[in-house]
Amino acid sequence: MILTLLILIPLVAGIAAMAMKGAAKGISLLSSVAVTVTSLLVFTSINSFGPNGFVEWSMPWIPSLGSNISLMGDSMALVLCLLTGIVMTIVVITNWNKDVERPGSFYGLMLLAQAGITGVFLASDALLFYFFWELALIPVYFLSSIWGGEKRIAVTFKFFVYTFVGSLMLLAALIYLSLQNPGGNSFALENIIRAGASLPADQQQWMFWLIFIAFAIKMPIFPLHTWQPDAYEQSPTPVTIILSALMVKMGIYGVVRWLLPVVPDAVAFWSDTVITLSVIGIVYASLLAIVQTDLKRLVAYSSIAHMGLMSAAAFANTDVAMHGLVIQMFNHGINIAGMWVIVSMIEQRWGTRDMRQLGGMANTAPLMTIALVVIALANIALPLTNGFIGEFMLFNGLFASASQYHVTFMVVAGLGIILGAVYTLNMVQRTAYGEAVAMKAGGDITMNEYIGLAIIIGLIIFLGVYPKPLLDLTAGIMMP
Amino acid sequence: MKAIIAATLLGVIMMFTGLFVKDKRQVVMIATIAFLALLGITIWEVQDASSAAPAMLFNNMLRIDSYALWFNMMMAGCTFLYVLLMGKDIMRVGNHVAEYFTLILFILCGIFLLTGYNNLLMLFIGIEIMSIPQYILAGADRRNLKSNEASLKYFLMGAFTTGLLLMGITLLYGATGSFYITDFTFLRTDALNPMALAGIMFILISFAFKVSAVPMHMWTPDVYDGSPTAFTAFMSTIVKAGAFVGFLRLFHIAFGSLSEHWMLIVALITAATLLVGNITAVFQQSVKRMLAYSSIAQAGFMLFAIASVNASAWQGMIIYGVAYSVATIGLFSVLIKMKDYTYDGFNGLAKKQPVVAFFTTIFLLSLAGIPLTGGFMAKYFVLNAAVQQGGLLWLVIFALLMAAISVYYYFRVIIAMYFKQGEAEMAVEINGGDRILLGITCALVILLGVAPHLFLGSI
Repeated sequence: MILTLLILIPLVAGIAAMAMKGAAKGISLLSSVAVTVTSLLVFTSINSFGPNGFVEWSMPWIPSLGSNISLMGDSMALVLCLLTGIVMTIVVITNWNKDVERPGSFYGLMLLAQAGITGVFLASDALLFYFFWELALIPVYFLSSIWGGEKRIAVTFKFFVYTFVGSLMLLAALIYLSLQNPGGNSFALENIIRAGASLPADQQQWMFWLIFIAFAIKMPIFPLHTWQPDAYEQSPTPVTIILSALMVKMGIYGVVRWLLPVVPDAVAFWSDTVITLSVIGIVYASLLAIVQTDLKRLVAYSSIAHMGLMSAAAFANTDVAMHGLVIQMFNHGINIAGMWVIVSMIEQRWGTRDMRQLGGMANTAPLMTIALVVIALANIALPLTNGFIGEFMLFNGLFASASQYHVTFMVVAGLGIILGAVYTLNMVQRTAYGEAVAMKAGGDITMNEYIGLAIIIGLIIFLGVYPKPLLDLTAGIMMP
Repeated sequence: MKAIIAATLLGVIMMFTGLFVKDKRQVVMIATIAFLALLGITIWEVQDASSAAPAMLFNNMLRIDSYALWFNMMMAGCTFLYVLLMGKDIMRVGNHVAEYFTLILFILCGIFLLTGYNNLLMLFIGIEIMSIPQYILAGADRRNLKSNEASLKYFLMGAFTTGLLLMGITLLYGATGSFYITDFTFLRTDALNPMALAGIMFILISFAFKVSAVPMHMWTPDVYDGSPTAFTAFMSTIVKAGAFVGFLRLFHIAFGSLSEHWMLIVALITAATLLVGNITAVFQQSVKRMLAYSSIAQAGFMLFAIASVNASAWQGMIIYGVAYSVATIGLFSVLIKMKDYTYDGFNGLAKKQPVVAFFTTIFLLSLAGIPLTGGFMAKYFVLNAAVQQGGLLWLVIFALLMAAISVYYYFRVIIAMYFKQGEAEMAVEINGGDRILLGITCALVILLGVAPHLFLGSI
């Protein structure tokens, strides 16, 4: 029952925010904090049921289709719900001083998107999963198209069509799988898994590609990533944070929950191909990130590189990779949110995101520079930051993979770390040091930004130095 | 049975109302009551049909089963909603308001025959009763050249395909010696008669015309575009759903056992309909014309129900018919109030009429098949039927790609309303009552999306 709260709180708050424009910010903050606290409570409590503890809740929905409203929260789902709560809190806090046009609709839609994303993480019924998958997309479409940058309409539409095509592929596969259940239509996760595993190899391959493309577009995996830099660049920063910190996680999460266990034979057959695409994506995106001059595009490409490593690890088929994946999903969400917050602060103060027109931030805004450096170091996974522990486990898991090419994968993916250091430190150098450029407006960090960044940096350092609590809470995670 | 008689009688009463009641508003009021009464009678009939056995009437010419009753009720409900939403717009079409409602009642009578026929002659009569009033309605705006063109074109083409239908029925009679669709024992044997197959093909072609399936769709854009918008809304939705049920009954009950001979043809028609409907809709500049092509594209999805001979297809037909009708009627009722029917005419509607823009968005999302709306469930049911049928997975994937294309033209309206600057001038002001009705329609669309089983009853 408590799981429904995680979805209902943002849903109700979203509708309330739309109705009460003046209080929209306050409502969003309350709702985000409530979600964070609730998911933290559930997350810590399921551990008392043992390492694989979970809570579930179910009620009938459409009996003739064999679909129920069933939610299931295990440690992987709940760590992502927790991330959703924290990221939303950070978004609201850091935007507290900014005036958006029509705040009621803006925050309302943000909260609706949050409800959809949380639903995706918790649904254990395929049709319900699909519903939430789309519910998360529609508000984001409106958010980016109304409040985005100059080219927003075309770019957001491209993003929408990409993901929608993917979703429809997913839908075809889910319908097919739901019909394979011996006792009549069923969308329950365990029945989908049973149905998929019982399919002959050639049908599994069909199902694999239909499902995989949907998730690959969302993650995004090279070469289906072309919507992503544009969409990140053109969306307003709060939406970019939702997209990059939370929505791409839906893709990875989908792979782990709805692809790997469902068509095991096809996954074993195609995992080398997928890992190859992923590591190509790491290097390709990193190289592109190096030549970017726009901060938002740079962070966008860096995000593709990070997601590439995660998707490679998801297909590595080892327990440690899976455990690392969950840790890294959480940490990447925090770090990338931090990156965007800093980028948006820079844009607000200097009126540009072009690194060629920036410099000397260390003199003009020392506190911001400290935050930028810490977050940048976490982004390149320096030890003692949270990024390190996750990436270390991912590489460890990738190396332990049974694939005959595991060393090659490892080496090429390792290049990504070096290239990551190149573009990230280059960015720090070009913005923070060199000749100082005068600010157009505002000063160093304001109070609300201070709080938001303190949460991010606190988590980066705490989980970097002492990751044990998070590792313990997710200890039960292994290959599906 | 009661519904058929009621529709006819109410139609006649409506006709005479026109003689005595001169105030158009009162006519609309009386018509609304008539349609409510008809809805009441269909509901009563559903409640009353206690036994599962179908009622055989008029020497077994009609066989009204629970499916037919349920479908009649849904169609009467949709028509009632249509009259509520567009009654005032029908009033503005011309001077013979009472006659328009009479014709709509007669069309419903034809649909009721199509849901319950057991005899090919009844099918023919049903099709004709359904079609002839439409020819008149298409030309109701007498001083408009396009309306005249629509009427003439529709009539000539319709008459031609009616001929094909008759030809098909004749050939089938020649092959089997019977008009009764449940009586075609001859067709159930393995021995195949070329004459019967030719008959099936003729009937297939004429139905393809009635439901505007490619390649018999050429009349659709001109007729739907030229007819008064108030009647386009009715012709492209409820009438189409009615024709589809007639199609479904014949091909599943009478020709179901021969499905291997016509399934591929229907599948190819489906693919062509989806392709032509969606691709051509992309290039339209007028929302009304786009909706005409979109109705071809949506017919492509409904054809899935014909191509899949199983019980899910029958369920899917109800859900699709209702979901498509409700959303399209809602959309038309907004469109008809706009001054400019092009996409640009919708520019800035969200600023001017936020509530109406929101409802319009929901209708468009439903037509595009986005989850949580009726359109998604409708597509889900028919595609589910096709996957169950087996061997049609290629068509399902093709249809899903086409659904993705449809997002382009439906979202253009959303983009115009929300993201473009403009005045969005209204020809007719939208008042509070309209908003409430649109809100109810919108609630129905959502309800269809989250609880479709409510609309299936015990089917």
